[in-house]
Amino acid sequence: MSLAATNYSASNPFGQGLQWLKDPANWQGAAGIPARIIEHLGYSGLVLLISLVIAVPVGLYVGHTGKGRVVVVSLSGLLRALPTLGIMTLFALMATSTLSLMPAIWALVLLAVPPILTGTYAGISAVEPGIVDSARSMGMTEWQVLLRVEVPNGLAVMLGGFRSAVLQVVATVAVVAFISLGGLGRFIIDGLAVQDYGQVLGGAVVIAVLAIVIDGLLALLQRFAVSPGLQVSRHIPADIAPGSEQLASGSEPFAARTTGGTP
Amino acid sequence: MEWFLANVPQVLSLTGSHLVQAVVPLVLSVIIAIPLAQLARLNKGLGAFILSVGSLLYTIPSLALFVILPGILGTKILDFANIVVALTIYAVALLVRSTLDALNSVDDGVRQAATAMGYKPFQRFLAVDLPLSVPVLFAGLRVISVSNISLVTVGALLGIPSLGFFFTDGLQRNFPTEILVGIVGTLVLAMLMDVVLVLLQRLLTPWLRTRPTTTAEVAA
Repeated sequence: MSLAATNYSASNPFGQGLQWLKDPANWQGAAGIPARIIEHLGYSGLVLLISLVIAVPVGLYVGHTGKGRVVVVSLSGLLRALPTLGIMTLFALMATSTLSLMPAIWALVLLAVPPILTGTYAGISAVEPGIVDSARSMGMTEWQVLLRVEVPNGLAVMLGGFRSAVLQVVATVAVVAFISLGGLGRFIIDGLAVQDYGQVLGGAVVIAVLAIVIDGLLALLQRFAVSPGLQVSRHIPADIAPGSEQLASGSEPFAARTTGGTP
Repeated sequence: MEWFLANVPQVLSLTGSHLVQAVVPLVLSVIIAIPLAQLARLNKGLGAFILSVGSLLYTIPSLALFVILPGILGTKILDFANIVVALTIYAVALLVRSTLDALNSVDDGVRQAATAMGYKPFQRFLAVDLPLSVPVLFAGLRVISVSNISLVTVGALLGIPSLGFFFTDGLQRNFPTEILVGIVGTLVLAMLMDVVLVLLQRLLTPWLRTRPTTTAEVAA
């Protein structure tokens, strides 16, 4: 299932890309741009849902109790180094049927878990101990401390981790087209296969715009979801492995790690 | 294992091109990001602009950027240069931010002391500000190095040689061993690069190498 070739009058690749984007035929049917966008978002949503279910409870537990911190940090570091394309192709081969969706989804979950996990853990453990203690001394149960004090206070960092995960997943879902699934990556893979550079470039532009729009929406969410009293100061503990959290989104400076340099 | 031993020359040559595509952006990004960060520090408005352009570029997915760049640069789609430029863009976007943080973290007293000792601004930047920023700079470089080595494999989808070739080839040949060799190779490469960066950082910050003296030792 792929699109009929667009007839280009432009000779340069950008002109062809533009013509491909303008061709109404590319905006219709099950292989058209809107359908691919929905597919792309569907895969991404499924991956993120599974990752949240796995990573958030673990992150909350580690952040609240302080147990297993070293395991979380080193595990996330290791997962970050895994090449997703390799994991995806390996899972695809190991699966019983070649066209199934889940191998790719699990490979992407491995990609999305580290930023969510470290973001959650970092957010919770960065909450001022004095605040947590005073909540306890007021008679709050551990659950109340976690849900009413630690989560609202750590939400900015937690969302930073989530935003970074979303960005990486939306970008990497483009790769699943290689193992014969759908999504916006299809345009690039199909276009390359038949040397239709207009389709490759048009598809790439759609992916880039989608990623930028989603990141912008999440930035807004981050602003509105965080209590106004907390907008200014946020700090991340300095002992987290370099870049193991929300760095990748480019939204959170890793100011916390600047301490090492000055004697 | 047998397959690996029979294909050592291919593994090595792909590792070589993989390394080039991952390391060149790292070096380029240091050269580009340091002046940009200093510029951003001296001019707040320009700084905000640089940072937002950086995070916008960082948002563009790698596969998309790999195929958009040939159109802009006029390179062939199979050119190494596309991967190198794309990874350099990502690296600069991250590094400008961390370098800026690093430069801002330098104690103002230290700066004033250097000025009082007669350092000219540029001299002071090279001799005082920059060395003190090395640890943060390297924290950024280590993150970039790991993600670069993983991202280079995506180039295999376009046919650019790297360890990622084992993923695409292994899938087409239905041969998991080959994919495993590629994954292990990528992980080993990422670890080795990290070790190299840590060693390099130690070399560049001799003042941090001495074991911190505890108060007990000072008292004794």
